[in-house]
Amino acid sequence: MNEWSKAIGNFTAGTGTSGTYSGHRGLQIEEPLLFERDSEGRCGVDLPEPPKARNRLGAHARKGKIGLPGISEPEIVRHFTRLSQKNYAIDTGLYPLGSCTMKHNPRLNEKMARLPGFADIHPLQPVSTVQGALAVIDQLAHWLKVLTGMPAVAMSPAAGAHGELCGMMAIRAAHDAKGERRNKVLVAESAHGTNPATAAACGFTVEAVPANERGRVDLAAMKAQLGPDVAAVMLTNPNTCGLFETEIREIADAVHAAGAYFYCDGANFNAIVGRVRPADLGVDVMHINLHKTFSTPHGGGGPGAGPVVLAQSLAPFAPLPWVVHGKNGFEVLEKAEGAASQAFGRLKGFHGQMGMFVRALAYMMSHGADGLRQVASDAVLNANYILASLKDDMTAPFEGPCMHEALFDDRFLKDTGVTTLDIAKALIDEGFHPMTMYFPLVVRGALLIEPTETESKATLDRFIGVLKALAAEARDGKVEKFRAAPVLTPRRRLDETGAARQPVLRWTPAGEAERNAAE
Amino acid sequence: MSEIRYTKSHEWIRIDGDVATVGITAFAAEALGDVVYVEVPTAGKALAKGKEAAVVESVKAASEVYAPVSGTVVEGNQALADDPALVNRDAAGDGWFFKLTIADKGELADLLDQAAYDQLVAESH
Amino acid sequence: MRYLPLTEAERQEMLAVIGVPSVDALFRDVPKAAWRDAPFDLPPHQGELQVERALAKLAGQNVPAGSVPSFLGAGAYRHHVPATVDHMIQRGEFMTSYTPYQPEVTQGTLQYLFEFQTQVALITGMDVANASMYDGASATAEAVMMANRITRRTKAVISGGLHPHYRETTATHAHFAGFTVEQFAPNPSADEDLAAAIDDKTSCVVVQNPDFFGRVRDYSDLAAAAHAKGALLVVVVNEIVSLGAIVPPGEMGADIVAAEGQSIGNPLTFGGPHVGLFATREKYVRQMPGRLVGQTVDADGRRGWVLTLSTREQHIRREKATSNICTNSGLCALAFTIHMSLLGETGFTGLAALNHAHASLLADKLAAVPGVSVLNDGFFNEFTLALPKPAAEVVEALVAKDVLAGVPVSRLYPDRPELANLLLVAATETNTEADMDEFAAKLREVL
Repeated sequence: MNEWSKAIGNFTAGTGTSGTYSGHRGLQIEEPLLFERDSEGRCGVDLPEPPKARNRLGAHARKGKIGLPGISEPEIVRHFTRLSQKNYAIDTGLYPLGSCTMKHNPRLNEKMARLPGFADIHPLQPVSTVQGALAVIDQLAHWLKVLTGMPAVAMSPAAGAHGELCGMMAIRAAHDAKGERRNKVLVAESAHGTNPATAAACGFTVEAVPANERGRVDLAAMKAQLGPDVAAVMLTNPNTCGLFETEIREIADAVHAAGAYFYCDGANFNAIVGRVRPADLGVDVMHINLHKTFSTPHGGGGPGAGPVVLAQSLAPFAPLPWVVHGKNGFEVLEKAEGAASQAFGRLKGFHGQMGMFVRALAYMMSHGADGLRQVASDAVLNANYILASLKDDMTAPFEGPCMHEALFDDRFLKDTGVTTLDIAKALIDEGFHPMTMYFPLVVRGALLIEPTETESKATLDRFIGVLKALAAEARDGKVEKFRAAPVLTPRRRLDETGAARQPVLRWTPAGEAERNAAE
Repeated sequence: MSEIRYTKSHEWIRIDGDVATVGITAFAAEALGDVVYVEVPTAGKALAKGKEAAVVESVKAASEVYAPVSGTVVEGNQALADDPALVNRDAAGDGWFFKLTIADKGELADLLDQAAYDQLVAESH
Repeated sequence: MRYLPLTEAERQEMLAVIGVPSVDALFRDVPKAAWRDAPFDLPPHQGELQVERALAKLAGQNVPAGSVPSFLGAGAYRHHVPATVDHMIQRGEFMTSYTPYQPEVTQGTLQYLFEFQTQVALITGMDVANASMYDGASATAEAVMMANRITRRTKAVISGGLHPHYRETTATHAHFAGFTVEQFAPNPSADEDLAAAIDDKTSCVVVQNPDFFGRVRDYSDLAAAAHAKGALLVVVVNEIVSLGAIVPPGEMGADIVAAEGQSIGNPLTFGGPHVGLFATREKYVRQMPGRLVGQTVDADGRRGWVLTLSTREQHIRREKATSNICTNSGLCALAFTIHMSLLGETGFTGLAALNHAHASLLADKLAAVPGVSVLNDGFFNEFTLALPKPAAEVVEALVAKDVLAGVPVSRLYPDRPELANLLLVAATETNTEADMDEFAAKLREVL
């Protein structure tokens, strides 16, 4: 029964599954789609009349309606407020997703980003009118270079995966400049999916490097795979099992000896920021997720920013534009000439994610070098506290210590009938967002927990206690409870198979009519 | 009298004279989960042994289906377009993917028989 | 430190549970050569007040576009964003939430993305849209790569009217992914014969509407010519407000639309973060890059939404993914959705009408300045001025007179001296007639 469409327009009482007449349950308000509202004659903005002017659109003028609903401001505010109340967020509670670094998003960042001097400047204004913006980019670049020990940084990539593309393109350009055709990239077996996807997008073929029984890259296997056709090796450090690659310098040496470059995925930088410099580990290129390590908000799926630090051998190939010091202050190099003559091209419009630069810089200035060092320390401490507290109730595939994230597998659920997925759904009813599940692929039924440094010990203790209790319930055979979870959320488990078999990717008037007819 | 052979990548091939029918095994279908989409080759397409012939997708995985032998496609199973769940319901029968004429029967030699395939599955658990 | 909840006492308790004497012991896998005992050579921590002062000083070294008459466009447009938008996107449940992989507790994000997808499909006249890309330029490159996958061809024909940054981004991808581009030269004064360049090796032809110089066209014939050869038509839109006034790509036979959505809901922010829009026909949906939200039901039969068709994406398909994109532009898409819902049909078309009228009025005022001519017969809210001397110099001279005059074409085409006297001028609802008169007067002075 369509309670939502009954709650608006012609209202008829009925109780359905909600147990209420309205379909709402206390503060859990059912909210229809924007398009399911009677809309003639309403508008949420007041626009002035256009001045008298010649119409120059001629035959190109739009004919016919677009089909957008008209809604007043109060209804819009209510609509989106209600939607927000169905979302879990960092502001709500612990969000222990592995390699996502769901740390607190400071509001100071938001205030700074909204200063008109940053928010209301056009990217193509004359450079003399945006020196402060260019200074922000330059200062952020400086922080990133000092923190990583790398001499150069490409600022324009819009996200981590975009940064990976940037780094891999720079590598390809560097080999091409030497006249070397190297078509293969070795990617750690445990890598995030963006790594092989990126390598393929740059025209490389991908070969996986296996992990050893200690959860680290198998150095001997990798050495056997290195050869004159290998352009680069892509690793994450700490890796996606939450472990520091103990042989990382040997790995780097082997990669360099083979004439290849060492790409490091910087998603896990939070474990070592302010304590260890990737340059000292032999890394040639690394993207940094400003929306992970440097606290810019995840926004429900972006926007992010993925600047890429580069070794001297790759620096000349960094994509345009370059922000540099010129005779009269900062300049923007937008052409592949002079210092930037080997730049491999451009990856997006304009200069980069300025809004995220301001936020990240505000965060770096707030923490400072000492604070950032403490960030890594507390992040690693929190993850190890979880690992140590749960190692008897759950099963960890690798011996600790871990770095900033703790990995468990599903052996503790063996013969219980309860899966990793079920544990995750039960956690939701307990008021926690689940950890990352089924990744990395190198262990079965992975549960990857990254608490971050902004969680209190009290929160961790509660989380640990809940996981202990759930693990015990799984052992006690309470399979049905797990299968049914979650039961306390705005929606229960959703039919993802149906969604993929018959994709409905937008509202249509026909779809609406069909649903109404079905009642 | 048709014979059935299997590949190590969990395809089955049922040979009836010069034409063979190819699908994925129930074991593979179960590992995939609910199948949501299948892409089958069109009639006339040339396939090479061991190379990609079709694609099967579930909610959480996407997998290539490889040609067990070289040949030319006679027919792709159009029923899978409307009802991909056929693969889950009847992987060995109605959930077939495509039929092809076999180019070289010698290529059947290194495929697994029923016993060998059952052994492979038992070892995977 | 205000962002770190752990106390020293708690740290000690936790170390005891773990069974190590210090946090340094947890870093024992770090090679000695990389071990650093002291904080790095960067300033120490600061309170909010100090950070605000430092950043406000930098912000003060910029000239905000709203503080002077300002007429810049060329892919980023200054529009008025209603106060509601910025308030709503700062709700923590939106701003600090993650990609909605656990749909039971992220129906808020999933519903607004479904609404966003619908809005984008409606305004572009296409069947389906995705949940956003980084920006218009990267969306264009992805559109070409999608056309390559669909047609199994590797040659794209690209109009000279495509924004240079978009052209350069596509060229970068072409170089590394191994496809080719036939790039027409920019020519504001003549039409190009794109149809003649399409053959049976062409995957797609890419046009922008309105184009980089502001011209508005009907590409229906080009769509037919492309389809006749088995190629696709990709239409790019820089200024999304134009779709409130002109025939959308979907009604011209476009197969893929790649657009920049910044104009709705998102301030200029010096070029980023913006929001790429991506739409196509239903039959191509499995070849689309990016995230997609689909409708479904839950275990109680109630309607809800989930991320769907994920097997196209990197986290499942890995090296065979349609794109490597993961994080996209979620919060900017939310801003777009909220602004678009406030506008609605009458607001969106009204806003477009207002933009066109302002630009038309401005064009007449500027054309009256001696030596200046407007090259376009038709345009939406941006047009090309031909000046009697290099536009870059004129723009600098006007900066000294507190006017941000527009974008000199030479900024984006530095190697084309024949375009050096051209200035791109945009007018939106934020420009007053007084602004326009001031611009015209000061332009007269500097010429």
